[in-house]
Amino acid sequence: MAEVEASTTASGGDRLRKASAGVLCAFTLLLIGVLAFSIRLFSVVKYESVIHEFDPYFNYRVTQFLSKSGIYEFWNWFDDRTWYPLGRVIGGTVYPGLTLTAGTMWWLLNSVNIPLSVETVCVFTAPIFSANASWATYLLTKEAKGHGAGLMAATILAMVPSYISRSVAGSYDNEAVAIFALIFTFYLYVKTLNTGSLFYATLNALSYFYMVCSWGGYTFIINLIPMHVLLCIITGRYSSRLYIAYAPFVVLGTLLAALVPVVGFNAVLTSEHFASFLVFIILHVVALVYFIKGLLTPRLFKLAMTFVLTVGLALCFAAVAILVALVASSPTKGWSGRSLSLLDPTYASKYIPIIASVSEHQPPTWPSYFMDISVLAFLVPAGIISCFLPLSDASSFLVLYLVTSVYFSGVMVRLMLVLAPAACILSGIALSEAFNVLTRSMKFQRPRSDDGLPAAEDITPGTSSTAATIAKNGNITKEKTENVSKGRPSKKNRKEKEWVGSSPVRPGMEEKLCVLPAEASAMGILFLIILCGLYVVHCVWAAAEAYSAPSIVLTSRSHEGLHVFDDFRESYAWLRHNTEVDDKVASWWDYGYQTTAMANRTVIVDNNTWNNTHIATVGTAMSSPEKAAWEIFNSLDVKYVLVVFGGLIGYPSDDINKFLWMVRIGGGEFPHIKEEDYLRDGNYRVDAQGTPTMLNCLMYKLCYYRFVETDGKGFDRARRYEIGRKHFKLTHFEEVFTTHHWMVRIYKLKPQKNRIRGKLKLKSSSKASSMRKGAGKKNPWQ
Amino acid sequence: MAALRLLLLLAAASLLVVASRGDASGAGPRGRKLLVLVDDLAVRSSHSAFFGSLQARGLDLEFRLADDPKLSLHRYGQYLYDGLVLFAPSTPRFGGSVDQNAVLEFIDAGHDMILAADSSASDLIRGIATECGIEFDEDPEAMVIDHINYASTEVEGDHTLIAGDDLIQSDVILGSKKIEAPVLFRGIGHAVNPSNSLVLKVLSASPSAYSANPKTKLASPPSLTGSGISLVSIMQARNNARVLISGSLDLFSNRHEKAGNEQFVTETSKWVFHERGHLKAVNVAHHKVGETNEPSMYRINDDLEYSVEIYEWSGTSWKPYVADDVQIQFYMMSPYVLKNMSTDKKGLYSTSFKVPDVYGVFQFKVEYQRLGYTGVSLAKQIPVRPYRHNEYERFITSAYPYYAASFSTMGAFFIFSFAYLYHK
Repeated sequence: MAEVEASTTASGGDRLRKASAGVLCAFTLLLIGVLAFSIRLFSVVKYESVIHEFDPYFNYRVTQFLSKSGIYEFWNWFDDRTWYPLGRVIGGTVYPGLTLTAGTMWWLLNSVNIPLSVETVCVFTAPIFSANASWATYLLTKEAKGHGAGLMAATILAMVPSYISRSVAGSYDNEAVAIFALIFTFYLYVKTLNTGSLFYATLNALSYFYMVCSWGGYTFIINLIPMHVLLCIITGRYSSRLYIAYAPFVVLGTLLAALVPVVGFNAVLTSEHFASFLVFIILHVVALVYFIKGLLTPRLFKLAMTFVLTVGLALCFAAVAILVALVASSPTKGWSGRSLSLLDPTYASKYIPIIASVSEHQPPTWPSYFMDISVLAFLVPAGIISCFLPLSDASSFLVLYLVTSVYFSGVMVRLMLVLAPAACILSGIALSEAFNVLTRSMKFQRPRSDDGLPAAEDITPGTSSTAATIAKNGNITKEKTENVSKGRPSKKNRKEKEWVGSSPVRPGMEEKLCVLPAEASAMGILFLIILCGLYVVHCVWAAAEAYSAPSIVLTSRSHEGLHVFDDFRESYAWLRHNTEVDDKVASWWDYGYQTTAMANRTVIVDNNTWNNTHIATVGTAMSSPEKAAWEIFNSLDVKYVLVVFGGLIGYPSDDINKFLWMVRIGGGEFPHIKEEDYLRDGNYRVDAQGTPTMLNCLMYKLCYYRFVETDGKGFDRARRYEIGRKHFKLTHFEEVFTTHHWMVRIYKLKPQKNRIRGKLKLKSSSKASSMRKGAGKKNPWQ
Repeated sequence: MAALRLLLLLAAASLLVVASRGDASGAGPRGRKLLVLVDDLAVRSSHSAFFGSLQARGLDLEFRLADDPKLSLHRYGQYLYDGLVLFAPSTPRFGGSVDQNAVLEFIDAGHDMILAADSSASDLIRGIATECGIEFDEDPEAMVIDHINYASTEVEGDHTLIAGDDLIQSDVILGSKKIEAPVLFRGIGHAVNPSNSLVLKVLSASPSAYSANPKTKLASPPSLTGSGISLVSIMQARNNARVLISGSLDLFSNRHEKAGNEQFVTETSKWVFHERGHLKAVNVAHHKVGETNEPSMYRINDDLEYSVEIYEWSGTSWKPYVADDVQIQFYMMSPYVLKNMSTDKKGLYSTSFKVPDVYGVFQFKVEYQRLGYTGVSLAKQIPVRPYRHNEYERFITSAYPYYAASFSTMGAFFIFSFAYLYHK
């Protein structure tokens, strides 16, 4: 594009200006990359260079395996250390994009003799890809609204808190690379749409392939792009460029997506992908209609139209019927649970407790919008307006992207991440347009009339759309000439011709633009700069304070200074050093990935919640009385049980607070676990008002065993009351390790009794227990 | 020269290996040192036949009074004895550091015990028995009385010396030679909880027996009657420690020469001290059919061979154990394969089977629990993986139409574009 521009405006001064603008632009982009990278290093500076949270530990473990065993072993990896005894085929159930990316980076670095550890590479993958993502944002926005908007959007994206929350150094998760892939795919789509080049269409499919490799969110792309194509067709913007942008993308993209083991035949079997096929068919029908329109005279065309419409409608009905039948016959009605929860926000909490139990699958609250996208929330509407002035294919795509992602972010707080780039792009456009208008009006206040362009960048936005309107006006004739000329000239020729058709025509728009008074413009610029300043301050604060905690290390600030809680790693290290290699550790699934990665011990369930029954088994064991729980765990060969307990230091997301989900998930599979048995008048509590079932279940006992010894009262700081049962003994479990702040407690299953006692003693012991029970009846909360 | 030396070294090493193996197979499952606790040293002579038979089998007996203040079962964390004979029914408490818990810990550490009670047995003895799952009649004066099956030498009297011939049907416990003469018994009866799978009645009373105080009139129906009364019981704990509990010390004495007592106590003591019925499973091996190395992981639908050697201790050496009911399980939450193993009569059990079409972490499990034998319980974890990407069938016949379709479409498209582009 730049070349074309250069050839059209051939004056030497302009060339120099362009060159310096290019250099400046490249330098700015470099700085933006550095900004995106360095703002994410707070976690390393404040804490340490360590992998964060839960899923990243799994990814890290997979990357380690990849770097050690090579790609084929990784592809065929059957992991026997999770989901005991079922195991997990990791090669076939994981999105390999992130792992392969980091593995390749590690391999490249090592092959040029930079001996970085796998962990270091993993920690810094996310910041590196954030820089890539901001560059991709620049490209995408530039396609729609020119360089200025692109730079603005890239700067905003580089530090948007929502994206930072998922991509700080150490947050080694799929989203880290997927957001880059998402934006880049959109850029290539828009680029293809603007140029009509098959080269970019192919690149687009490849980029989509990378996205499919990286994240399950690829379904967003494969639905959004068809939606945009449909929008273009409906608004009469069909062109051969649209066809080139879409048809190769669907065919190649679907083929490539099917190559990823975790997607496989889902790429053609599940209904998340059906929309793209439907639009593919529609696009061809429309293309055919335009082709025939070009061949026939208007009268004949009208005739043919009516004929085709009747036939076409019938065919459409048939196709829809087939589609409905297909959807109905495919498993889960063609929709996976997670997708259904997107369309019907109440679906998950109604039917799938395991999806609803994850906090990031909950709908967000209003404050989280202001927290995550800050002032962008106010700028976005302005961005939408400027996208309509004038509307082009690219800007309509951006508006559509924003609207859909706003909807999805309202369903699931996790998808705020998809909204963030859209908000950044539109805010960038808004800011850049605003600055444009204000600076220009300041310039025009000066007496000297300047008929040149005020700013170098903003040629593109108007041009393509003006071209489009011209094309619209002279629609039939132009189509005709195009069709006529289609067969003859060589490809290059045709391309050039098209370029001439849509080449940047200097629109005489400046005169029509409203010119503001100088004072108002200055005030506006000042106001905008303050707004940007606020945004920067907020982003830096969010990056430094809110989103950098690695969550495996907790800190608290008190008057004595910073206090560090490193209990998780303490417990995992204990497991690693004090248990047998093949011992099985049972815990709630949240800690599965960390246990396998850090303690290197086999776990029963982990964060890849693929088998609901298995999780329900663990949930049932946790909510059963001691003996029943022992039997369940013993049947799974469990040696150790790990619980996370926050009562001593007031850590709120511990197992007692997650316990109701265990009951719900367990009760979903094993109906003898009933939620109401654990609730007193609908309230969940473990104080003296707690129900006997609650105060007798394994989770309560393992959490509060010997707790009363700490302060003599058993005051739970996370729940802020005294616990219900304080003095009790464990018969089937024994405490083997409790961390420094009691955050993690590890118990061992006692072996079966060596001898079976006779009745005499049994009688007395049963008498004791019945006495205890009797006492319990009198005062069940003792 | 060096080669020769190496050869010599190798030979020596192999000899050593053989020797050590011979040693291993020569050693029995249990040590030979027993502690005998008695009330009264006179027991040593009155029961000399029993003790003599133990000593004749190479057991090393140490006699101590039960209230010896220097009594101790272990020193520096090591047990001093390999077995215990408690012939002290009326001792209220042991001397030294020994008490009920010490005795039970001794058993839980895998040691064996013969315990003889009597009518008016002390609470200590009763407590130990109860902990082993044996419940003596609660009336301390009670004895087992049988007015039909009593010893013919004592026609008169209260018929407390009864003749028991209701023996357990097990060659392992009682030896292969049948005990012809009845076993004479005078003492307290006990009951065994039938749901207790670890305890077996070796000698039961006849249906006409009952347990009561012979000196007083029967006021209420006796709590223990008929063949529910056990006279002698054995318990094999989960760690294979064996305990024999008899309601009579008299049973072991020299007095009943003509009765089957001597044979009975000798044979059961052989069982208790692991001279019989002790199995060991060694050399567990598994590999794919046609290979010899043990893989760390199998693939679904692999054919594999599994073998294990099982030997029985005969008192002097390990003899091959021969049976046709040793089963192997290929187990993941439930057995996917359950198969009898065939034996070559030399102790080797083996079988081959196909790994099921299910991947996961399986276990080779041998759970062999037979009456009188120590339990053999082997579990070995082995993961089973699905096919690798290149282990599937490459070209499927039924897919040929699709191959043809795709290639013909490609060809047609090429021709079409050629014609479209260059045909005037």
